[in-house]
Amino acid sequence: MKRSGVSSKRSFAQEVVVADSWIIETAALRKTYDGVEALRGLDLQVPSGSIYGFLGRNGAGKTTTLKILLGIAHATAGDARVFGLDASAPRSSEEIRRRIGFVSEEKDLYRFMTVEDMVRFTARFFPRWRSDLEQRYLRKFELPRDRRIRALSRGMRTKLALLLALCRGAELLMLDEPTSGLDPAIAEEVLQALIGHVANEEMTIFFSSHQIAEVDQIADRTAIVDLGRVVLDGALDDLREDFRRIRMVFEGDAPSGDLRAPGIARVQRKGRVLTVLSRGDTNPILDEARALDALSIDVSPVTLKEIFLETVGGEE
Amino acid sequence: MLFKPNPSSGVPIYLQLMEQVKHAIETGALREGDQLPGIRPLAEELVMNPNTVAKAYRELEHEGVIELRHGSGAFIARNRRAGKLADTFRAGQSLIAGTIAKLRARGVSDEEIRRLFEAELRTGGRRG
Repeated sequence: MKRSGVSSKRSFAQEVVVADSWIIETAALRKTYDGVEALRGLDLQVPSGSIYGFLGRNGAGKTTTLKILLGIAHATAGDARVFGLDASAPRSSEEIRRRIGFVSEEKDLYRFMTVEDMVRFTARFFPRWRSDLEQRYLRKFELPRDRRIRALSRGMRTKLALLLALCRGAELLMLDEPTSGLDPAIAEEVLQALIGHVANEEMTIFFSSHQIAEVDQIADRTAIVDLGRVVLDGALDDLREDFRRIRMVFEGDAPSGDLRAPGIARVQRKGRVLTVLSRGDTNPILDEARALDALSIDVSPVTLKEIFLETVGGEE
Repeated sequence: MLFKPNPSSGVPIYLQLMEQVKHAIETGALREGDQLPGIRPLAEELVMNPNTVAKAYRELEHEGVIELRHGSGAFIARNRRAGKLADTFRAGQSLIAGTIAKLRARGVSDEEIRRLFEAELRTGGRRG
């Protein structure tokens, strides 16, 4: 089924995320490697039709989660489902892999093959292979068909790996750090291709990233993962709308007692200035600030980067 | 391009897009009956999430600023709401121009005026 842009009102309804159908779902997922806890109870719900950014620092547990969802690694405990199928059972895991397009960070390609060989070789495994898209992306990405993969630049390899994933006719595309190591122009080209693809095909994209800017740019939902757990998730625009920084300046030193208003995520005092990171309605906090005789009060939006830095912990 | 939301500003992107459509109407760049780009082409052009564009259009329709016509796309509404945007803008413009002139006459710098406006807007214009 294709999306029809603004051609009818019905097309708008289709874009409303249906909250009770998770395309990816994990519950209390744990993974221990040689005594090191990579995942410590990771809960994740990805609605279908979204572009979902799985955001975290290096080593936060992103790749481990992707491997478990793909059946490449097995969870120590907890539940992982894709399309409602158990990712840990061999049979359903095979079906999951058949319905997913995956691009690993290493872009697994056969170095001795030419671009054309690699495309033909991959197409054979997928009965729903989209030859129309293959032709379109070969042209769009300007991939030289006769060149061997070992002679391709990193950007070309990324674009080829993306082409192979996009042409499978997959319902779900999983990408591990899709733009890592790419120059800004190629990175933008990759993001553009992803947006162009979801705009035309019914598809969900789940991508891991440590780059806040690209999550900001193309995702509509995100989960921030830290130390093997999801510490914050939701629609990006809701998060942007929800968090505020409130700066109050006082005549003397900022009052030292706790503020009583609800919705205070973090407080910082420095001399005459009290800075509050708030979540939700700011009015009770503003009222309290006025009651404390703040000389000036300033409310400003908080960027995803700031939210990220406030929610992830330091080094362990 | 008429629209260019900034994803890293901290302001919800659908709101930025709504503001930019309204601003284009206020300045006369878009007029009643003009067609807006489709969700898909606009998302592709701005390299932003199609769901976000769809949300902005839905909200604009809800506010009566645009009309979604079955099978033919999104248009600036031919109603009083869209027409009033331009009027409100002109009225507000002269009011604010007056205030700015007075502040400048008292030696307040443009930078200070900008900060005053922003602080007043952000705290909801409510005072003790």
